[in-house]
Amino acid sequence: MDQPIVAECSALQHHYGSTAALAGIDLDLHAGRVTALLGPNGAGKTTLIHLLLGVLSVQRGRLELFGGLKPGSREAQERIGVMLQASGVQDNLTVAELLGLFASFYPQPDSQIGLLDELELIELADRRFDRLSGGQKQRVLFALAVVGRPDWLILDEPTTGLDPAARRILWRAIEARRQAGVSILLCTHFMDEAQKLADHVVVLDRGRILEQGSPDAIRRRVPSDRIRVRTALPSAKLRTLPGVQSVQAGEAFTEILSRRGVDTVRALLAADDAIEDLEVAGADLETAFLALTDSAQTEQEAA
Amino acid sequence: MIAANPSIQLVRAQWLNLLRTPAYTLPTLLFPVMFYVFFGLMMLRGQALWLLCTFATFGVMGAALFSFGVSVATERAQGWLLLLRASPAPVGAVIAGKAFGALLFAIIIVVMMSALAAAFGDVRLETAQWFGLAGILSLGAIPFCLMGLALGLWLSPNAAPAVLNLVYLPLGFLSGLWIPSTVFPGWLQSVAEWLPPYHLAALALDIAGARSADWGHSLTVLGLFGLVFAVMTALGWRRLSGVS
Repeated sequence: MDQPIVAECSALQHHYGSTAALAGIDLDLHAGRVTALLGPNGAGKTTLIHLLLGVLSVQRGRLELFGGLKPGSREAQERIGVMLQASGVQDNLTVAELLGLFASFYPQPDSQIGLLDELELIELADRRFDRLSGGQKQRVLFALAVVGRPDWLILDEPTTGLDPAARRILWRAIEARRQAGVSILLCTHFMDEAQKLADHVVVLDRGRILEQGSPDAIRRRVPSDRIRVRTALPSAKLRTLPGVQSVQAGEAFTEILSRRGVDTVRALLAADDAIEDLEVAGADLETAFLALTDSAQTEQEAA
Repeated sequence: MIAANPSIQLVRAQWLNLLRTPAYTLPTLLFPVMFYVFFGLMMLRGQALWLLCTFATFGVMGAALFSFGVSVATERAQGWLLLLRASPAPVGAVIAGKAFGALLFAIIIVVMMSALAAAFGDVRLETAQWFGLAGILSLGAIPFCLMGLALGLWLSPNAAPAVLNLVYLPLGFLSGLWIPSTVFPGWLQSVAEWLPPYHLAALALDIAGARSADWGHSLTVLGLFGLVFAVMTALGWRRLSGVS
């Protein structure tokens, strides 16, 4: 049985002047799962998030939250926690002051001490925001997003610019919210992040939804194999092998993306009997994402 | 435990932010006072009362314009306003916090200048006149708060300080706040009579007994000026929401 819907968009459009940021999308976001919103720059992700939050007004189409609430209404805002890509705070305030301020906006806020502890910010509680490192600032912004104990968490590129340790802390905190049943919309450029955290992926490009489904389903929709090999053959020759879509020659390895992996490997072995370290794998999410957005671009250019 | 009131928390946060920015606070408070000391108390001692009213108007106008204009433009660009609009924050409290801040600055400027005028400029007023002066100049800041708010919503943070200075300094000069407009050529005097700071200074001068004013006319000009910028503020806010 389908879970309840936290957001329902139908024929949703948004224009900036004559430019269509969203060209009429139909999308249901279901409760209790992590949905990753993927797309190249300019795909319309931030516009969609701003519409969901009600900071942009709906120009055309329909958008409802939690089965009937208007985006931007107080009832909706009290149920949503948000961490925005272009988010700043009054940076003369301390971590504890900011957290206390945001806790006061919500009817039943979470324990501030508990959050500081979970996000490893306890010792920074009295430090001003402008004196924190980039990773610490991101964790504070995450704390502000979750202090209201939201039903739905909207995270716009939460781990951009973080080192691996800080990233892991945030992933752990996101995973804990998912375990607690919080619905999450995660907008990210990191495919490993989407692969690791998301139950559902929506690929957006030029204001349209290209694909949506589970990460595995998205990967399977791109019938490609990744071949990693040490070979002396030049890229130009590799591109002529059957099924080859793209070739990327690195210092040690060459990566080949092929629609017919078996045929490509046979031809490769025939052309170069000195190849080493051959690996063949199915497409990962990043490969699938690039293939989807590339083919959309090619179709548009052809049209 | 009683939940903290979000509006009070938001106003408090803005005041803390203001207090922790001495690079903004001190020049805003001291610049007009310093002008008054140079011109009103050192160079033109006989004009201490007149210049108290006009330089206090100048100071109040600056506090209102800059506390709204620059901070709103900066907070809009850095995403703070966006984050507040996306959360259930009482956004009206952002405006109220800035308005209280501007009024507080206005009162501090008027009190500092008045104390200097009384101590070193031989300015003598009745108690009611001192309070009247502080009252009219504080309330008179409201139209300039609206102007600052409107400009802050329309200008980028880089452009805001430059544009505000371009507005603030000529407006102060042309309104006769530095040199009495009576010494202007006739055509410039008629320009001054259309400018809101001229009318706020006229009301302050009237209260101080330096020159009588047409209260109805001056309040109308200030009210209309405030109304124009209230409309510009509303349009700027709609623009933030992408309403075309």
